[in-house]
Amino acid sequence: MSALPTPAPARAKTPRLAAAVSIAAAVGLPVGLFALILFIVPVLQPDLLDAFIRERLHHDPATWAWRDAVYAVALVVLAFVFANFAAIFSGILSWWERRVAGRIQSRIGPNRAGVGGFLVWIADAVKLLLKEDLVPADADRILFRAAPYFVMAGFILTFVVLPFGESIAVTDMNVGLFYITSITALVVVGILLSGWSSNSKWALFGGMRSAAQVVSYEIPAGLAIMIPVLMAGTLSMQGIIRAQGGLPWQWFMFRNPAAFVTFFIFFTSQLAEANRTPFDLPEAESELVAGYLSEYSGFRFALFFLAEWGNLWVMAAMAVTIFLGGWQIPFVPNELYGQLKGIGFPPLAWWGLQAASMAIFAVKTIFLVNVIVWIRWTLPRIRVDQMMSLCWKYLVPVSFACFLFTLLWQIAVAAVPALETAMGLGLTAAAVVLAVLFARQTHRNIAAVGDRIDLSNW
Amino acid sequence: MNQSAATYLGNIKDTVQSFWHGMSITLSYLLRRPTTIQYPDRTPLPVRDTLPPRYRGFLEVDADICTGCQACERACPIGCIQINLEKDAANPKQRVVTQFDIDEAKCMFCGLCVEPCPTGAIQHTREFEASQRSVRNLTFRWADPLKPFPVYKVAKGAEYFPRAPLGSLVRAKIEARRWDAPPPEFLPPEAPKPPAAKAPPPAAPVAKPSAAAAPAAPAPKPAAAAPVPEAKPAELLKAAAETAAPAAAPAAPAAPSPAPAAEAPVPTTPEVKP
Ligand code: SF4
Ligand code: SF4
Repeated sequence: MSALPTPAPARAKTPRLAAAVSIAAAVGLPVGLFALILFIVPVLQPDLLDAFIRERLHHDPATWAWRDAVYAVALVVLAFVFANFAAIFSGILSWWERRVAGRIQSRIGPNRAGVGGFLVWIADAVKLLLKEDLVPADADRILFRAAPYFVMAGFILTFVVLPFGESIAVTDMNVGLFYITSITALVVVGILLSGWSSNSKWALFGGMRSAAQVVSYEIPAGLAIMIPVLMAGTLSMQGIIRAQGGLPWQWFMFRNPAAFVTFFIFFTSQLAEANRTPFDLPEAESELVAGYLSEYSGFRFALFFLAEWGNLWVMAAMAVTIFLGGWQIPFVPNELYGQLKGIGFPPLAWWGLQAASMAIFAVKTIFLVNVIVWIRWTLPRIRVDQMMSLCWKYLVPVSFACFLFTLLWQIAVAAVPALETAMGLGLTAAAVVLAVLFARQTHRNIAAVGDRIDLSNW
Repeated sequence: MNQSAATYLGNIKDTVQSFWHGMSITLSYLLRRPTTIQYPDRTPLPVRDTLPPRYRGFLEVDADICTGCQACERACPIGCIQINLEKDAANPKQRVVTQFDIDEAKCMFCGLCVEPCPTGAIQHTREFEASQRSVRNLTFRWADPLKPFPVYKVAKGAEYFPRAPLGSLVRAKIEARRWDAPPPEFLPPEAPKPPAAKAPPPAAPVAKPSAAAAPAAPAPKPAAAAPVPEAKPAELLKAAAETAAPAAAPAAPAAPSPAPAAEAPVPTTPEVKP
């Protein structure tokens, strides 16, 4: 049959039902997830659980034998919610990234399933789940099957300490940052395992490259993390955010010139650790088929990609937490939350503040996620030697220098506190100027070819 | 490797600058309208109308000016054209084309069949959108076995052959077909045997569909040729028999529908009479 029966008005409309479903999913899924997290995380904290046991179950939580069972149920619920958050976030991001990539390459991108092709990630997930889960004949079967779970665990366990809002973090470990850096090392184990157990040269190359890359970039990343730690005096994620403020010049990134540089070092190292373009050497499609996951299919393949896209949230949330003020709402002091909360079930005003802090955190994180996507479609993959020289010759020395500078800077700030405020204002102004210059440059790029800004035809 | 401080700092500067330029360029593309047009339902024109006139799409045969010379069939390196000629029962001097099938699924659109055609009856069109659920439905049948068309006689010195507008015939065929139409059914592999046994009897009395009968078994070829020696040059007949053979042997991919193919003589007779 001819696909073009009539000439001009052949524009097919998305069926109403598909449009309704995709819009409902596009709006409802993220909003619903964030609302669920907003509600469930503070409610399932030990103090409220204890209150629940005392008032509803009429037991003394200190002595009742089943208290741990209630806690365990709460943890399972939390784990389920966050695993779903990660899965849905990475699914939606996979669609969004394809759309953005399309626009950047003057294409349109997926647009057939639902409005704007939104349902394509669900279709992908269904397709991947229905595929055969192949294990190569000569693979090390146990390791091959286990490897995706290491990657998955290393990724999803970070949600234990990742904050979403003032009281919206599963827990606030006092070694939160250290926990994240160490738990993400599990991802390397998974990648190495998958590379080794696939018994394929491409997978092995990919795994080896990944190990070399992640181990190298741990060093600048670790040093970069030290700078906010030095400034906040704590390793706890929430503690670091509380040491910052809601306004840009109260963020660590702008309060210290070394931190400004370190932010970029940290961001770069995070890209490299997540195997994200331009550091996607471990899965370089042109050289290694798909690198360490060449031999995977079906559900296990989907797990790798879930972790890869979900990692963007983790990376961005980390950067937002330690450099960009986290969930801090401008002009809201930290004490206000505690004052509002009171005893027992918190009042509505407190929930409102939580929602606002969560929204701020989410907006910043999603902005950074978009920057990562944008970088991916800007920069080509670098070579192995470039990757190594970037790490060892540039990032490591510079982050050492920043580390030393911060030590001295903290001494200076202790003596003259105004120094930090002045530097914050100055760097914020510099960042604004840079942003304006960048916007002008972009506008000039568009005008130079006689085009104009046109966001239609999404 | 010696590296001066200047190169070191220069590298850093290069990196920052290339980020600056690269990111502003990609952002500027993000903010512009995509240049691609979404195929197939948001194109301002049907795509076929935007193709160059010499595009080699689906083949089209104008039966009105086909001389039945079979030059196209011989030219095709793949063998996706299948032509059968027979004598008109009413007028033994008139040959008719009972089968002219082109399997567009096999065709590689090389254009070799177009070149030898004396009248330009076979031509490429700009049609290309005719996906079918069953690949067998991509066989285009330009002759109706129930209503064979007479071959075209080229007038002496003719240089112009009136042809239907290019593309109109094939488009009509494409549009008449559902994309998910059921494929033609083929006889089971043994099926051609019984008609082979049956074929000679009808062939002899009717004394006409020799070509159709011949493929069934190579042996009856001389027998089939015998009834019609007076009208048909022997080599033409042989060519017809040869070309018919592959069609019948693998259960006739081009057969109109298996039953008539197997007993070709029976249905053709009533049709040709009027
Ligand atoms: S275009 Fe080429 S392949 Fe197709 S029918 Fe003609 S000669 Fe055969
Ligand atoms: S289409 Fe052309 S080449 Fe083919 S049989 Fe007809 S006249 Fe001959």
